[in-house]
Amino acid sequence: MRDAVAELVRDGDTVVIEGFTHLICFAAGHEIIRQRRRDLTLCRLTPDLVYDQMIAAGCARKLVFSWAGNPGAGSLHAFRRAVERGTPPLELEEYSHFGMVARLSAGAARLPFWPLRDYMGTDLPEANPRIRTVACPYTGETLATVPALNPDVTIVHAQRADAEGNTQIWGLLGVQKEAALASSRVIVVVEELVDQTVIRADPNRTIIPGLAVNAVVVEPWGAHPSYAQGYYDRDNDFYVAWEAISRDPDALARYLDEFVHGVRDRAEYVARCGGLERLRARQQVCAGVNYGY
Amino acid sequence: MTYSPSEMMAAVAARELRDGEVVFVGIGLPNLACNLARATHAPRLLLIYESGAVGAEPERLPVSIGDPALVTGSLMVCGMADVFQGLLQNGRIEVGFLGGAQIDRFGNINTTVVGSYARPKVRLPGSGGAAEIAIHARRTLVVSRLSKRAFPAEVDFITSPGHRMKGRDRRQLGMPGAGPVRVVTDKAILDADPDSGELVLAALYPGVTPDDVQAGVGWPLRSRPALADVAPPTARELQLLREVLDPRRLYLSS
Repeated sequence: MRDAVAELVRDGDTVVIEGFTHLICFAAGHEIIRQRRRDLTLCRLTPDLVYDQMIAAGCARKLVFSWAGNPGAGSLHAFRRAVERGTPPLELEEYSHFGMVARLSAGAARLPFWPLRDYMGTDLPEANPRIRTVACPYTGETLATVPALNPDVTIVHAQRADAEGNTQIWGLLGVQKEAALASSRVIVVVEELVDQTVIRADPNRTIIPGLAVNAVVVEPWGAHPSYAQGYYDRDNDFYVAWEAISRDPDALARYLDEFVHGVRDRAEYVARCGGLERLRARQQVCAGVNYGY
Repeated sequence: MTYSPSEMMAAVAARELRDGEVVFVGIGLPNLACNLARATHAPRLLLIYESGAVGAEPERLPVSIGDPALVTGSLMVCGMADVFQGLLQNGRIEVGFLGGAQIDRFGNINTTVVGSYARPKVRLPGSGGAAEIAIHARRTLVVSRLSKRAFPAEVDFITSPGHRMKGRDRRQLGMPGAGPVRVVTDKAILDADPDSGELVLAALYPGVTPDDVQAGVGWPLRSRPALADVAPPTARELQLLREVLDPRRLYLSS
């Protein structure tokens, strides 16, 4: 992870760490904080705890997003301090989920924008002048448009990949495929590195082809405190605890000192958290299909 | 049998759903209401979550919209581009379910900021999928507790459009869905008047007077000519809510 971030994430980059509740790569977020990257434009549908931590750590210049809460548990207080009080200053570019999905779809297709039937009657285009309209050349209908999002680097957490980066994900898929294909550089972080025969045995489960991947990092528990279907459950107690930690800037700084700056890598983080085995997923294995012909 | 306001809201919202309908589900009370409806009068209700779970039958109360329990045993799991383009914008969603920090006279919902956008007093989470749900779902139900702060005459920011936005209506703006036709509160049901689009008092919960409702609404609330009564939660509804759906009382405590 240290080498992948050092080589592929640069100051001033536009960075996407995707994963909708599922498979959020905290391991990469923490490594970016440890390497003290600055002036990043952070993009995610749901900034979640990982971007709250990166904002608090001073990595972010700008946030591009569509829902900034602590899902099921409260607020993101580092984000709120930045927006409500300007400490630290944070530029915002705000969409809805559909808008963010459309931006990444345009990015993946290498089109300049994506049309959608959305935003009429809302105040979002006034808050964000990059949400515009276009007249349909066939029907004349006025459609909303959002600009393509083409990140410098996208980081995706996955259950497994082979050494070439052929990446398999199951459970909630979010926008990881679009984000990876839209990006100049892609880091895939996996729970398990598998032999290519495992990938070839079930090719429909491959979400990102290795041809789009620059680096594969093996980092078990790398999505904690979010979850990995079939590997471990969400650490909901930590999401609830974040409400109090993030509300107090000193408590948040202590958290970063202890769990991010104070550990060398993910293995040390896992050891310091302790007791993560309680989150281990139970077995519910599907039967598989016949790929023969 | 005594019951809490949130139990009443969940029961009332559940009764709004018809068997076989396709519902776009939010977390919290809407999720409870949908699963209560599925356990009572609407076993064929199809639950779709914006995270991509279609036909979810969660075995535990999901703590977030992306809970792994929504995946296990669902009919389909798809990417979010499919959810928003192929299902919602496609017109497949019959009912949308929204909450909101502020709801105004014309059903406009604000989940973005209290105060100005540039210098907000309180920064709220933002739209998520709410803006497009309010635009596309064939009808939208809103669940929210009455208070002058939550029901101002005009919201600070329109995140999800209601029935009149700066003098223009949904048809003029080209919105496919009917918008927030009904608001389930802790004291009464408000309906959008089909002509004016204004929220009006439609039904009262047991023991509530129109003045009680007006006390939590920031505009002079008009009333349907004949107000319907709303039955309290049945013993069966309460048993399901308390023992099966939310035994840890994450959403039912108040």
